[in-house]
Amino acid sequence: MLDLSRRDAAKRLARFGALLAAGGLVGAPTIAPAQDDLVLARRPLVRYPEKTDLILLTSRPPQLETPMKYFDRAITPNEAFFVRYHVFPIPLEVDLATWRLRVTGRVDRPLELSLDDLKTKFPRAAVTAVNQCSGNSRGRFSPRVLGGQWGDGAMGNAEWVGARLKDILTAAGVRQGSVQATFDGLDKPAFPSVPDFVKSLDIARIMEDPDILVAYQMNGAALPMLNGYPARLVVPGWYATYWVKNLSEIEVVDQVFEKFWMKPGYRIPDNACGCVQPGTAPARTVPINRMTVRSFIASPVPGARVPVGRPVTLKGIAFDGGYGVQEVQLSADGGTTWRRADLGSDLGRYSFREWTATWTPAQAGPARVMVRAFNRIGESQGREPLWNPAGYLRNVIEHIDLQVG
Amino acid sequence: MRRALGPGLLLLVLVASAVAAADKTIPMPPDHAYATLKPGAGVEVTRQQCVSCHSTDYIVMQPRGNAKQWDGVVTKMIKVFGAPVSDQDAKTIVEYLATQYGN
Ligand code: HEC
Repeated sequence: MLDLSRRDAAKRLARFGALLAAGGLVGAPTIAPAQDDLVLARRPLVRYPEKTDLILLTSRPPQLETPMKYFDRAITPNEAFFVRYHVFPIPLEVDLATWRLRVTGRVDRPLELSLDDLKTKFPRAAVTAVNQCSGNSRGRFSPRVLGGQWGDGAMGNAEWVGARLKDILTAAGVRQGSVQATFDGLDKPAFPSVPDFVKSLDIARIMEDPDILVAYQMNGAALPMLNGYPARLVVPGWYATYWVKNLSEIEVVDQVFEKFWMKPGYRIPDNACGCVQPGTAPARTVPINRMTVRSFIASPVPGARVPVGRPVTLKGIAFDGGYGVQEVQLSADGGTTWRRADLGSDLGRYSFREWTATWTPAQAGPARVMVRAFNRIGESQGREPLWNPAGYLRNVIEHIDLQVG
Repeated sequence: MRRALGPGLLLLVLVASAVAAADKTIPMPPDHAYATLKPGAGVEVTRQQCVSCHSTDYIVMQPRGNAKQWDGVVTKMIKVFGAPVSDQDAKTIVEYLATQYGN
C-alpha cells in the first residue's frame, strides 16, 4: 500500500516538474510554420501543460490550434489536440477525492458521482468521434467576421471512453415533462457579470442516442486538463460547443435553456444552408448542431515543391456530422475532373476517415490540388464558401497550392 | 528565517502540497507577448480596461476595422459581459483601436 502510493506520488511529482518546465517554454519565439497563410502568419507556437507545440490563438483563457501536419492520420494525439475555453479562470487543479459530477434538477434521485462511480456503476462505452469547434476556419471568412480567428486546426479526432449520458440520466430518473438537460464545467468566470459557460441538449435527443458519453478516457489515457479532465461530454456529430469540458453538473430542466452561450451565442441562420447573403443578418436563428462535411489535404504541405512526371502521395482526412464518409475526391484541374482517393480503415461514422491518393504532375509550374468529400446521404462541400455572421459551418472545397519542377 | 528558504525549497514545498491536494494540477502560462497592444494614444487605458477577463490577443487577432466595428466590440463588452468601463474610457478605447487596428 505505502509503496504504491509513494510510487504514485513520485510519478506525480515528476509530472508536475515536467509541466513546470513546459510552462516555462511559453513565450519562446517559435513561429508557426505556415508563414504564407495569412490567417496563421505571425501566430506563435506555444507549449501549454500536457500539450505539444500548438498554434496560439489566445493565451487566457487558452485557445490553441492544432498544426495541419497532424491531420495526415485518423487519430489526433492528445498532446496535439486543440484547446478552446471561453471564460477565465479555467480549472488548473482537480482533486478526485472531492470532484463529483452532480445530477440535479427534475430527477427522482439526484446523484453525486465520483470518477470511480462513473467507471464502475455504468457500462463502459466507446466511440471514435471528431471534436470540431463551431468557428473552425472562421479566419477564412470573407467578408471577415469578429470572433476567434481560427485557421483549420480547431478540430481533432479521438477514441472516447466513458459512461453513456442516457444511462446516467436513467439512473437519476428524469421526471415526466422534462425538456432539456444543461451542462456546466469547472470553468467559472471571475467577473460575476460574465455568463458562465453552460450548454444544453434536448432530453429526447439524449435518450435516443447511445453514443453521447460522459468520457473519462481519450485515446486510452486520462484527458489532458485542457481537454476536460477528469470527464467531458462527448456529443458525436455535433460541434464541440456541446462537448462541455471538466464537467461538474448536469441539471434537468422543464424548458428550453436560453442563457448566453445557447442564445444569442452559438446560433446559425434557421434555413437549410445555415447561411445568409454575405454581410447580412439572419431573420431567425437556431442553436448550431450537426457538423457539415469537410476534407483536408495534410501532406504535402502548401507551397511544397514536387517533381514533374513522378507520383506524389497526397494524404489527409475527411469527416461529416455522423452519416459517415462515403467518398473522397481530388482534382488537379480546377474542379473539372475528379478522381477518387483510397479510403483508410473505417473507425465509425463519427470519426475522421483517412484517405490517400497519388497524383503525377504532368507539367512544371504552379499547381492547385483540390479535395472534397461526400457523406452517405450525398452531402458534400461547396465550390463557393457559405457565409453567416458568426463564422460557423465552413465547408468550402479545400485546396493546396504546390510548385511543380 | 524567511530568507533561508531558497527558491528550490519553496518549489519543493509547493510541489509537495500540490501532490497532496490534487490528482492533476497544471500551471497557467503567462499571457504571450503576441498579445501586446501596439503603442499609441490610449494604449494604457485600453490595456487596463481590456485585460481583466481575457488576454489582449482577443483584440490583436481580430480583423482590422473602423470605429463602428470597435464601438460594437466595446459596447458588447460593457452591455453583454458587464465590463466596468466609463463612457469616457470607452471613447478613448474605441479611438485607440480604430487608429491602431483600423483599416
Ligand atoms: C467583464 C469581462 C470582459 C472585459 C472587461 C472585456 N471583455 Fe472582451 N470578452 C469577454 C468575453 C466573456 C468574451 C467572449 C470570450 C470567448 O468566447 O472566448 C470576450 C471577447 C472579446 C473579443 C472577441 C470577439 C467577441 O465578440 O467574442 C474581443 C475583440 C474583445 N473581447 C475585446 C475587448 C475589449 C476591446 C475590451 C476592453 C474594452 C474587453 N474585451 C474587455 C469579456 C470581457
